[in-house]
Amino acid sequence: MPRPFKPKVITANALLEGDVVYFTANDEWSREMCQAEVLEDQAHAELRLIEASRQQAEIVGAYLADVKAGDNGPEPTHFREDFRRTGPSNYFHGKQAEAS
Amino acid sequence: MYRYNDFDDAFLAERNAQFRAQVERRIEGALTEEEFRPLRLMNGLYLQLHAYMLRVAIPYGTLSSAQMRQLALIADKWDKGYGHFTTRQNIQYNWPKLPDVPDILDSLGEVQLHAIQTSGNTIRNVTADHFAGAAADEIADPRPVAELIRQWSTDHPEFQFLPRKFKIAITGSPNDRAVTKAHDIGLRMVEQNGEAGFEVIVGGGLGRTPVVGKVMREFLPQADLLPYLEAIVSVYNTLGRRDNKYKARIKITVNENGIDEVRARVEKRFDEIRPLFKGVDQEMLADIEAHFAAPAFVNKDVAPYELAYTNDPVFRSWADTNLSAHKAEGYAIVSISVKAHGQTPGDATSDQMRLMADLAEKYGHGELRISHEQNVILPHVHMADLPALHAALKEQGLGTANIGLISDIIACPGMDYCALATARSIPVAQQIAERFDELKLEHEIGPLKIKISGCINACGHHHVGHIGILGLDRAGVENYQITLGGDGTEDAVIGQRVGPGFAYDQVVAAIETIITTYLSLREDESETFLDAYRRLGPDPFKAALYPEAAKRNAA
Repeated sequence: MPRPFKPKVITANALLEGDVVYFTANDEWSREMCQAEVLEDQAHAELRLIEASRQQAEIVGAYLADVKAGDNGPEPTHFREDFRRTGPSNYFHGKQAEAS
Repeated sequence: MYRYNDFDDAFLAERNAQFRAQVERRIEGALTEEEFRPLRLMNGLYLQLHAYMLRVAIPYGTLSSAQMRQLALIADKWDKGYGHFTTRQNIQYNWPKLPDVPDILDSLGEVQLHAIQTSGNTIRNVTADHFAGAAADEIADPRPVAELIRQWSTDHPEFQFLPRKFKIAITGSPNDRAVTKAHDIGLRMVEQNGEAGFEVIVGGGLGRTPVVGKVMREFLPQADLLPYLEAIVSVYNTLGRRDNKYKARIKITVNENGIDEVRARVEKRFDEIRPLFKGVDQEMLADIEAHFAAPAFVNKDVAPYELAYTNDPVFRSWADTNLSAHKAEGYAIVSISVKAHGQTPGDATSDQMRLMADLAEKYGHGELRISHEQNVILPHVHMADLPALHAALKEQGLGTANIGLISDIIACPGMDYCALATARSIPVAQQIAERFDELKLEHEIGPLKIKISGCINACGHHHVGHIGILGLDRAGVENYQITLGGDGTEDAVIGQRVGPGFAYDQVVAAIETIITTYLSLREDESETFLDAYRRLGPDPFKAALYPEAAKRNAA
């Protein structure tokens, strides 16, 4: 039996700044994971990844990342995605600084 | 120090102009990322976890005060006010923006620095002993040869698409401070019957398959160096594997074919190309050597040093720990620790960079070095000036007396920055340093090298750490493997894994257990951790780290 599909979001880095970005339901890129479109179905996720990857002038290296449902939208399941969403742990730089 | 000639200036300006146009075309959409990626990598520009990262070469680790000030300016103008010194004598900026990178490269060009071949499957920045030109134990200054290799390898048309990256290190001292045996090619300057030459070591490397390099030529006359290097890289270029990234480094080529077979091919190739080198390289070397003339050392009374050493215990501790023997009388080599307890190993703020540049100018003949151990060196300081230097360093948090001790940790950027990392390195280093500072045990423990990598690629040299720590991702959780007994010197040894890994919140306690075990078992204070480990073997450390397993085995 195939493994059940885990919910995903599409994430990439912004072309100009390199910031971590997430693909939204209206085909835009957000700096915040909670605004990302959550993809519940494999075929749909693959299709959306193709659409996201076409936006070469905006982003670099789009891929699917596992998420779980949280109080304020999708949250990462792996620590790597948690760091990408937050910023480094040695300085208050990156997204954590922008959010405050 | 080497000063660019008109050819060098023109070459770099043209290369930077090319990259500026490439960046413009990428932003306009004329280049896809697939097309752009190899071009940006050729110029040292990576895309990491949170941002782009620009890796700038510091050739053989040598910087002038003016260059250091420019690195500080770049950090302030285009980054977040700091830079990260790496284990291969580069500096990395963690937050540049793509449209700014051409300006950064031009800014580097103004002080004769560049980011060429700091990435990609090319010959990378040539590293050297960070005490070169100053060390008391040195046979010859390796930097002129390193500069010759830099010029030969930069944009070398045959070697732009090697099977994999290629790293060369060189030392002019019998005490190897450049980890030559863990490089694709390691060069040790030696003399035979009064003639200068090199011992050529090939196929060392860390990473997934750690290998201590093997001697390919015991004595290579100096004039044969470039044709011989060209022969090695040429043989590797054709024989090295391109089907599997993990088997592509020359260490695998040597392991799979045998050192004798590879040597035979190299010697054959060498015979073919040696006649093509008609001495121009040696003329260039002679020109380069003139750039590296020793500074005009002075004679001064060392009384200020002796007075401070006798009366100031903080200065004495720093002097005992951070100074090394200089070849000139009355001089010392100063290692400035950029690893105050709890700080990120290798990071320097722009203010710290400017202070070190100023102090180098005032007390150190305008020269600085970056060590592969991620510290900054002032190679030529008169002992009379040491008290004033130390007082000034303390003002900016640069007076830490920990060189070669437990908190002088090498750590790669790990998962706080690196896209390849499988776990964090920096916070582990910070916590170990803080813990042993708290225990006030650092000086009692004595010489100890802890090296931490955040993935199997081993940028943090964990295999050659007396204690090595490797961060891995085990089923979605950070896990740290510990190796013991590694050594990166001329007697290079790969450390042995001590047992199952430790969770992120257990690794500091595990290190403490290892240290407590060492302190309780050492013969006396003169027996270093590494000596004790060699005498005792891993068993007492295993028993202390894994008491449950020890009990089971005893039952």
